[in-house]
Amino acid sequence: MENKFNLILESSPHFKIKRSTPQIMYVVILLLLPMCIAGVYFFGWAALIRILLSLVTALLTEFIFLKLRKKDISPVFDGSAAVTGILLALTLPPTLPLSDVVIGSVVAISIGKQLFGGLGYNIFNPALVGRAFLQAAFPVDMTTWVKPFYFNLDSITSATPLGGFKIDGVSTALNKLTLGNTGGCIGETSAILIIIAGIILILLKMADWKIPVSIIITVSVFAGILYLLDPVKYQDPLFYLFSGGLMLGAFFMATDMVSSPITPLGSIIFGVGIGIVVMVIRVFGGLPEGMMYSILFMNCFVPLLNRYTKPKIFGEV
Amino acid sequence: MKMKRLTFKKGIHPKEFKRITENLEIKEVPVPPKVIIPIRQHIGAPLNPVVKKGDRVKTGQIIADSEAFVSAPVHSSCTGIVKNIGDYPTPLSPSDTCIEIETEEKEEFDFDLNTNIDYKSLTKQEILKLIKKAGIVGMGGAAFPAAVKFTPPKDINIDTVILNGCECEPYLTSDYRTMLEFPEKILEGLKIIMRAVGAERGIVGIEDNKPDAIEKMSQLADNESNIYVQAVKTKYPQGAEKMLISALTGRKIPPGALPFSIGVVVSNVGTAAAIYDAVVKNIPLYKRVLTITGEVLENPANLLVRVGTPFSFLFDYIGGFSDEITKLILGGPMMGIAQFTSDVGITKATSGILVLGKGRKDKEFNCINCAECVNHCPMFLIPTKIVRFAKNEIWDKAEDYGAMNCIECGSCSYICPSNIPLVHWIRVAKSKITEIKKSSGK
Repeated sequence: MENKFNLILESSPHFKIKRSTPQIMYVVILLLLPMCIAGVYFFGWAALIRILLSLVTALLTEFIFLKLRKKDISPVFDGSAAVTGILLALTLPPTLPLSDVVIGSVVAISIGKQLFGGLGYNIFNPALVGRAFLQAAFPVDMTTWVKPFYFNLDSITSATPLGGFKIDGVSTALNKLTLGNTGGCIGETSAILIIIAGIILILLKMADWKIPVSIIITVSVFAGILYLLDPVKYQDPLFYLFSGGLMLGAFFMATDMVSSPITPLGSIIFGVGIGIVVMVIRVFGGLPEGMMYSILFMNCFVPLLNRYTKPKIFGEV
Repeated sequence: MKMKRLTFKKGIHPKEFKRITENLEIKEVPVPPKVIIPIRQHIGAPLNPVVKKGDRVKTGQIIADSEAFVSAPVHSSCTGIVKNIGDYPTPLSPSDTCIEIETEEKEEFDFDLNTNIDYKSLTKQEILKLIKKAGIVGMGGAAFPAAVKFTPPKDINIDTVILNGCECEPYLTSDYRTMLEFPEKILEGLKIIMRAVGAERGIVGIEDNKPDAIEKMSQLADNESNIYVQAVKTKYPQGAEKMLISALTGRKIPPGALPFSIGVVVSNVGTAAAIYDAVVKNIPLYKRVLTITGEVLENPANLLVRVGTPFSFLFDYIGGFSDEITKLILGGPMMGIAQFTSDVGITKATSGILVLGKGRKDKEFNCINCAECVNHCPMFLIPTKIVRFAKNEIWDKAEDYGAMNCIECGSCSYICPSNIPLVHWIRVAKSKITEIKKSSGK
């Protein structure tokens, strides 16, 4: 039987949505840009250098590991390593020594991602693995903060709003928190920008709305109860929501597709868990901020959550 | 009457591409010089040829049949000489038994052209007999023998017959054109089915992207007290049996069960029209309406075609391509079957032939757990999990995750940003699980 057309044989469906995994990654990068720009605006060129350094290191590490694993090197350009590099930088103090930035980025990609098998196989959010390593290895570097707009005088240090409150009992005005005009990590200070970018990400269906919403509701309820019990000892819920890495974590870290649940109920439990753990660390723990640990902690439960929150099959009673 | 939009949960919204052919009237294709009629056209018992090489056959004469209950005979679609009985590629298989008939110009019919039976004078059994004799199968694609479908187990009461006019597959417009051009046949067919199964209610479900079909069918149904035409939301796979029943009646078929179990029988609108012909006119199912479409075709069309007409004859008839083609698909783009040659004959269940030009194989990426397949699976499965088990050949786990419930609509593969052929892997799992069950004698 002659085949005059050279027909492609494939199983159905024969057409599909025009959206690919690299496209999702590049849109995430695009939506991280406002936070990068805000970081540079508040903390100067130091922030830009760290973002670029972390990004380049992440890509190089991905390349080297793929080579070592004798794999196709095209995943270097799928955008996922770039997202990790940028996200890591956004969670670093603006004056972190450059060597630390490189180490963090290498750890994020190598231990956080490639050792698990590369894209899609990692259990933990790679950027947070890098950050957790830095926090453990260089605790002083990781808790040295500068005031925004003072980047010309590198000796002026400042506390973050959470640290200031926890250690010295100083509170920070809400307008500073929302706009980002406070001490903090490069890309975490401007809650308003993060929320806008996060909502766009959700509207594009590239992040599961259930995760940030359940985190925010849980934190609000948790903090609200404490505030009602003792308004002097505890801050109001808005302070907890808009300070530290909560917004960036809720919209861009916890929603990392690879390391978050795939079932609807799983996503909600995941978000609630993060909200509870972060508040427990912030209020009762020894650290002023706990967003990173709470997400990593809940990442561990994802396989279990997926297993126990299987949706009911259509028609099942 | 103003109707609200009923639907099911989840599913996808693929681009429709129905404009290409939706306004083209159904044209009857002339008798081709030869027809290649596959004898395996339906799900059920295999048929045996009842004619020999060299026999002269009339149009509508039975050429393959079986004693088995779950079967439907195949008829000659033209008058001519049986040239060969042997293996040919068919739309469903690379090689299967077909009967090749060389056609003659002068047509003779094996049935009386002037028959006009009042179905109301027939009993249930007589109607079912006529439906079976005419070789009616589900024409929406599944090709299940209709008479079997309309024979519920004794203790079950059927209260509703649903006609499926959704045609949720992109590109296809054959059901739509049938509803516009032969609405009376469809409605009479529905009434015949209702009589055959003893149902008191008939519902025609039509996607709301076909307002004129809804209007046309509604006008006719207005004269009937127990027949309703209901618009349903345009969403894929709205035409899947389970989804349509749930949208129209709120009843859900339990996993593994048949529509019978919830008192419903579903039939395609085209099948209903064929049932009218079979019961009232005694005409067997030997031709059907199909859409031949695709952007690369110069003259796409809705055609009335005899079973066994080779694809290649249809392409010549409509006048070829404007572009190089890379995919030839029997059916629609979501569930259709890719063909390796155009020398296959159409079957009773061929609702369309789709020709795609720019073919490219999308690069597959790792699963990133984006959950899009979970969010769009109308059966509420976790496709990516089943696929992981299938890729690792852990068949019992794949079954635990409901692989057998997959209706193979392809929504998961359509939506997957990593271009993983999810439904393909689930099909692999399903056939493996069935194989294992068979061999263990369960």
